Amino acid sequence: MSETVANNGHKKLQEVQMVGIVKRFPGVLANDHVDFDVHAGEIHALLGENGAGKSTLMRQLYGLYRPDEGKILINGQERLFYSPEDAIEAGIGMIHQHFMLVPSLTVTENVALGLKSTRLFALDLDKVERRIVDLSEQYGLKIDPKAYIWQLAVGEQQRVEIVKALYRGADLLILDEPTAVLTPQEVEDLFKTLHQMAQVGHTLIFISHKLYEVLSISSRITVLRDGRVVGSRPTEGATRASLAQMMVGRPIIQQYDRPAVVAGEMCLDIQDIYTKSDRGGDALKGVSLSVHAGEILGLAGVSGNGQRELAECLGGLRPVRQGKVILNGKDVTRASPRERIAAGQSYIPEERMREGAIKEFSVADNFVLEDHGKSPYARGIFLNLNAIRSQARSVIDAYNVKTPSLDTPLKNLSGGNIQKLILARELSRHPKVLVASQPTRGVDIGATEYIHLRLLEQRQTGTATLLISEDLDEIRALSDRIAVIYEGKIMGIVYNSETTLEQLGLMMAGVTEK
Amino acid sequence: MSDLFTLSVLMGIIVSGIRLATPYLFAAIGETFAQTSGVLNLGVEGIMLMGAFSGFYIASTTGSLWLGLLTAAVVGILMGLLMALVSVTLQAEQGISGIGLSLFGLGLSSLLFEKTIVSVVAISGFQPIRIPILGNIPYIGDALFDHSILVYAAFLLVPLSIYVLNHTPIGLKIRAVGQNPQAADSLGISVAKIRYLTVSFGGMMAGIAGASLSLALIDLFQENMTNGMGYIAVALVYFGGWNPLGVLGGSLLFSFVNAFQLWLQVKGVQIPSNIALMMPYVLTIVALAFAANRARQPTALDKPFERGES
Repeated sequence: MSETVANNGHKKLQEVQMVGIVKRFPGVLANDHVDFDVHAGEIHALLGENGAGKSTLMRQLYGLYRPDEGKILINGQERLFYSPEDAIEAGIGMIHQHFMLVPSLTVTENVALGLKSTRLFALDLDKVERRIVDLSEQYGLKIDPKAYIWQLAVGEQQRVEIVKALYRGADLLILDEPTAVLTPQEVEDLFKTLHQMAQVGHTLIFISHKLYEVLSISSRITVLRDGRVVGSRPTEGATRASLAQMMVGRPIIQQYDRPAVVAGEMCLDIQDIYTKSDRGGDALKGVSLSVHAGEILGLAGVSGNGQRELAECLGGLRPVRQGKVILNGKDVTRASPRERIAAGQSYIPEERMREGAIKEFSVADNFVLEDHGKSPYARGIFLNLNAIRSQARSVIDAYNVKTPSLDTPLKNLSGGNIQKLILARELSRHPKVLVASQPTRGVDIGATEYIHLRLLEQRQTGTATLLISEDLDEIRALSDRIAVIYEGKIMGIVYNSETTLEQLGLMMAGVTEK
Repeated sequence: MSDLFTLSVLMGIIVSGIRLATPYLFAAIGETFAQTSGVLNLGVEGIMLMGAFSGFYIASTTGSLWLGLLTAAVVGILMGLLMALVSVTLQAEQGISGIGLSLFGLGLSSLLFEKTIVSVVAISGFQPIRIPILGNIPYIGDALFDHSILVYAAFLLVPLSIYVLNHTPIGLKIRAVGQNPQAADSLGISVAKIRYLTVSFGGMMAGIAGASLSLALIDLFQENMTNGMGYIAVALVYFGGWNPLGVLGGSLLFSFVNAFQLWLQVKGVQIPSNIALMMPYVLTIVALAFAANRARQPTALDKPFERGES
């Protein structure tokens, strides 16, 4: 089974050029005359902020969208892709950010999906399985072809995606933010595989907004900003600062100032709590944490280990089955969200559009969602619109929320601005305890930086903050102490200044040090 | 009351239960395909009525039962395509468009009936065929191997659909499209094509289900003769957990209870007929509440697919 012939009959893909690509969506110019090229054996990083047009560009290469202008050349010949099928046939595979796997099917079934069977009526799953085993040995991708996808860890699912593409004879692999869901150790394994693939002549496009990753894996970097190519250069000689400057358009803060604050009294005390998950079984199995005034406690962990459930328990959105939550000395284990707000807690939910705001409502209405019943926003049974507007205006200015007007529906704002509005609403209440769940997910670097600075400012003023995040960089940049959650249990709590990335990574993978 | 449960009575209930299961099986197996691919077609009732009418009309005017059955199948496919157009291409709310289709079928079949056949007349429908050898086994022969061709076909549909759904490439595609249409799309499978296919197949089966009433079980056409059977068929798909075998179990259970209550009424047992009529439906609700196995529910059920930012 030699490499060049094993593919579905297409000539080995040596070079891809995308020339003058323009893609418009209603109201947005997603790609503005983008030129991009990549060669066999290269790991090419496509770097840019959320919304810079990276995924859009690659979706056109994979046949999911068609460019409005411009052309795609494969090995120097112009090609039109009407669907992923055409791209697959040309030797292109894509690993999406959200895996394209069917959880209720086995690994083998997922790989066989959409392929012609060698038999007349029945599936040829036995043959597919044998070829999967071959491929996984060849590239060191350990997977069990008989397992169901829902049984697999995220890292394993990603390997299935890679095998799926290789099975289809992909010479070029597009990886869309492949490390977002992985532990540091899994990232290392992935990078090993990618290097190995590049060495045997595969072409790899690596989409990311994480600078250090791009620097460590790629051989060449193309930076996109606002749908345009800012530059393309070899990785050798590039620095974090220079790339960040290209990506954001201005220098960014490399490291925050975190003046020492003497931690005060215990404000939030979580005592051995249990809660059910949506699928039955316990999502939290005896979690205990305490957060003190003037402290940021970071909760790290790989996505889906109970973080969301813990945040919901603290927000009053999910019942605690067993254990206690003490807020400022008051037992709030079974308190409603309103009682928690009254007790001095602010909550920034993970799903800002679902739980944090009402996207059809105006900016001003969203601002008073919690306090609309209180003076000065209410007079008797009526809303005091003047007070709402003036207060909303001053807070929006103070927090740098960019909105055309107070009456603009929230859904027309960017993710970063929506998050800043929610932050403004929550922090303007001067909370004693702040529970922030994924506060910067999907937010651009500029707004992220701003939100981080505000959180640190709150810490100075004595707020006790529980920062739940899957972004280890964020945790490390802000936290005083770091707790790691794995399968609903706290693996350990360490001081940020005394820990290493390796130690955190091991805890995130559920390994206890003995 | 001592003769309430003799062997012959029991056999009678089983025979008629098996017969009565036929339209439910056709309609519910067809709906299983549609739902497995992610489309909830609530229009089954209307398609059944149109199938029952068109099959009956063609059979009584041409004298050919087979031509009638073929017509019902074609009418079912057409109505399935209409449902697919509205729910897949135009991405309308599936539940609402299905109810619309049901009311459309009810109205149109009644109108056509009044304009063409006018009065209720019976025809000679598909006759029972006794299967050689097997049909001569005492009791079992009468219960299982002395039915019309449509009854056999309905029951054969069960193993056939299990095979297709679980062991063929098209079945794999149907399941994938219902569970994760984005994934299927990214592998070059046309979500719309698969859904058109399953919904029109479901339509064809619903049409045949209607014809099985007017051409094999009751042998006449009446306005609104399905009287909610289409909705029961949809419920049976949930009851069966999107598994043809479960659908078979549900259909049989429902029809046995139905046969039992019919027999109670014939026997003149002292319970109000309305209560007796309710029995199968009450049972369905209770069974649905307890048996609902949501684990197999297609994740994308009732959700139109649009390719976009995931």
